[in-house]
Amino acid sequence: MIALALVCVAVLLVLAPLGIGFAMHARGSTIVYGSSLAVSVSLCTIALVDLLDPTRPIFSTVLPVGLPWLGAHFRIDALSAFFLAVVNFGGAAASLFALGYGRHEAAPGRVLPFYPAYLAAMNIVVMADDAFTFLVAWEFMSLASWALVVSHHRDSENIRAGYVYLLMASFGTLALLLAFGVLAGSGGHYDFEAIRATPLTSLLSGTVLLLALLGAGSKAGLVPLHAWLPLAHPAAPSHVSGLMSGVMTKVAVYGFVRIVFDLLGPPEWWWSIAVLAIGGPSATLGVLYALMQRDIKRVLAYSTIENIGIIFVGLGLALAFKAEGMAWVAALAFTAALFHVLNHAAFKSLLFFGAGALLNATGERDMEKLGGLIHRMPQTAAAMLIGCVAISALPPFNGFVSEWLTFQAILLSPQLPSWGLKLIIPAVGGLLALAAALAAACFVKLYGISFLGRARTAAANEATEVDVFSRLTLFALAAFCLVAGILPGLFIDALAPVAKVMVGNSMPQQSGLEWLTIVPIAESRSSYNGLLVFAFVLLSGSIASLAIHRLASDRFRRAPAWDCGFPDANPAIQYTASSFSQPIRRVFGSTIFAAREIGEMPPPGSSVPARLVVDLHDPIWDALYAPIGKTIGFATEHINILQFLTIRRYLTLVFVALIALLVVLAL
Amino acid sequence: MRMIHDLVSQGVQMLLVLSLAPLLTGFVRKIKAQLLRRQGPPLLQPYRDLVRLMRKDVVLAANASWLFRAIPYIIFAGTWVAASLVPTFGSGLMFSWSADLIAIIALLGSARFFLALAGMDVGTAFGGIGSSREVMIASLAEPAILITVFAVAMIAGSTQLSTIAEFMGSSAVGLRVSLGMALIALTIVAIAENGRIPVDNPATHLELTMVHEAMVLEYSGRHLALIDLSSQLKLLLYLSLIACIFMPWGAAAPEARIDALTIGAVAYIVKLAACGLALAVFETSIAKMRVFRIPEFLGAALMLALLATLLRFVSGSL
Repeated sequence: MIALALVCVAVLLVLAPLGIGFAMHARGSTIVYGSSLAVSVSLCTIALVDLLDPTRPIFSTVLPVGLPWLGAHFRIDALSAFFLAVVNFGGAAASLFALGYGRHEAAPGRVLPFYPAYLAAMNIVVMADDAFTFLVAWEFMSLASWALVVSHHRDSENIRAGYVYLLMASFGTLALLLAFGVLAGSGGHYDFEAIRATPLTSLLSGTVLLLALLGAGSKAGLVPLHAWLPLAHPAAPSHVSGLMSGVMTKVAVYGFVRIVFDLLGPPEWWWSIAVLAIGGPSATLGVLYALMQRDIKRVLAYSTIENIGIIFVGLGLALAFKAEGMAWVAALAFTAALFHVLNHAAFKSLLFFGAGALLNATGERDMEKLGGLIHRMPQTAAAMLIGCVAISALPPFNGFVSEWLTFQAILLSPQLPSWGLKLIIPAVGGLLALAAALAAACFVKLYGISFLGRARTAAANEATEVDVFSRLTLFALAAFCLVAGILPGLFIDALAPVAKVMVGNSMPQQSGLEWLTIVPIAESRSSYNGLLVFAFVLLSGSIASLAIHRLASDRFRRAPAWDCGFPDANPAIQYTASSFSQPIRRVFGSTIFAAREIGEMPPPGSSVPARLVVDLHDPIWDALYAPIGKTIGFATEHINILQFLTIRRYLTLVFVALIALLVVLAL
Repeated sequence: MRMIHDLVSQGVQMLLVLSLAPLLTGFVRKIKAQLLRRQGPPLLQPYRDLVRLMRKDVVLAANASWLFRAIPYIIFAGTWVAASLVPTFGSGLMFSWSADLIAIIALLGSARFFLALAGMDVGTAFGGIGSSREVMIASLAEPAILITVFAVAMIAGSTQLSTIAEFMGSSAVGLRVSLGMALIALTIVAIAENGRIPVDNPATHLELTMVHEAMVLEYSGRHLALIDLSSQLKLLLYLSLIACIFMPWGAAAPEARIDALTIGAVAYIVKLAACGLALAVFETSIAKMRVFRIPEFLGAALMLALLATLLRFVSGSL
């Protein structure tokens, strides 16, 4: 099994250099994306077969590459199999979408070689079974995605995005490197088997937890390490944006789970507090940032931060319950988090691909230059609608189920004995509820401004429906969102082995229950049946429609819009993205973003138009990144004199350094 | 036999909420008029309005999309299903396990999501202002009600409404501070969600402060009738919810016989009337708020709900 998987990855790695040649060929992008699609589908099948196999053998192998005394260890257990499935599900969707979308690429030579390499790197990360292979693949993944981020390098914003991304990625890898260093200890056991076997002291394991939060958290986009994400994800071509947001952040979640739940041993009570204290605010802040944006891809990137926050809240709860020995609740929280991993991969890919379709059709990413696209692109609009409802955590789609499971875990937390948790969990629950409501607001805005209303520009007015591959991908992902929403029991059962390995217990079997209901603990406590809710809504809607059309009236006629008697033909009269979020900006933004609205009125008699300027500050950038940048700038400016010394002084410096080192050694 | 009994009881419930909803709205209007020393429209006026609207032609705005025409049915279906999952006269509903309280609230959230989209479909300034304010109100009201649900669910040990109703009817519940806070929070949210004074004025038109009416401005005929019926159902849902959690007296137990069911039905009507009366008195005695005072009003609900939840975490008996 694992040999097959490694062969698939090898195919991707071979495809990468060939991509340079294919880029010159007219059908090159079809070949590269078609092969990537085939490989991703096979890898996804391998992972699913492994995950659903009841005997569940653990595959592992060692290849003689990498460090000579270590080799490269690979292993597929339940956790790896699940994430392998997620990575390749997203990879297959992106490749299928790119079969149509990729043909519009102006410079395919900047995308085609890196795309298969990027897919291969993500696959290696989730299969790696020693620290060296893991870190090399992790860094390879960062670099390949960096190359894709700067593929449209004429745009100065993309260059800045690439720069910030490179810095943050290096920082994240450094933190992980240190984490694995501590895990390996002075013995230097880098393969995971040996790391699992050597227990750490309480202090050291706490250090590893914090380093893992920094390293994996910066890749996943947890606040305050998220600064690069909304810059880098939108800068890449849209199918890669979908991969970065939908899949790569999940690889980061995998890294965190692997280190904290697997390698680090039994958790301590305060770990969950650290995770929850970062996850909860990430969820709320992420969506508040998203609400302030008008660039459609940037809205989606910020919303990724929100969803990662939700996932980490689930993981934090799982840690808390695991530490207290309540493995059955830990399994519930852990399953909720993993189910959200899968769901987010589906709807975020769908939304980014939809944004790509818009970009192709109109050339615009700014929502305020779109509008009315439901008439021009009805199929894309229908699929995007499903994505927007699903990500807003509304029934009967999949986003709701995973949030519902997380809420159920929160409702069991009064049983936890620790006071810190008793105080932080209700607050986190409140933040999660707030994030869910704000997400709905955010996606009403995204959909309403770009697809509904009237076209604001000529580009939007002349848009045409996108190619068949793009539409196929959008509909496939939308169908997945519905199926996972109405039949969640199947997915929860598939996650059972993962929870069993990671937290020591799994949720009760769901698929045997009547009517395919999901019952996380006991029916008297809580149950949800997406299928019945969906059927009821469908049924009552159709009955109402039939009854009214048969019994009352089914005629309609078209007329100009009413608008209280004052319709205006100018599309600029419509609400824009900024004006839509103005009430929320006033409620939340004035404290969080120091938002100010400055009205500039022209003097009397002047014919200059009045202007309204909105001034927003990113509190985290101002408080954290700007001072660090300033310090580094200050330091480099002063260290710079070292570059212009005379040879004698350099020799003195070398001599002093030597003495200092010897003194240190002697001590 | 059991199955048939349950199916009938669920069917009766669905028809009951549908037929009672306009009456409740008519009742509240009548009381409000009487409090202002006006005669007021007859109690059955909402039914007549609905029938009249249903029979009329729909006048669609020139650039309305397919979504605009589908949305009234989506909203109606979502609200109707949600309303028929809340226990009214008895707690033994066949399908009450298919959606718990969180799911019911989320269903209402779905309906609101589509209503806000409908406001933006035609591309008028009025529709936009309505949707924009609706999502602002919802972004505070929804967490408030979710956290209220947390508080209640933690006390009752369940998010299933029928289980909560049974627990609240038993003697195990006692007098709790957190329940009082939850009641106030739920009431505030109910007022905001149904667009009642002081948050929105259901009788207004052509006013810059309007929210709900601005979103549905372009609807006419049967579409408007469905949306009106949905808001009436929503009012009934919230009052039933308050009645079933905080006034559980008289509700029939699961598998109750016909006499218990009759008592339950009478008790339910009395409870609805009491809530409707209270709503009318409250609405008459208070003035409408400025839009940007609403967050403070809803923020109070949010804080109360959070405090109630926190109390439950801190102590089992508060």
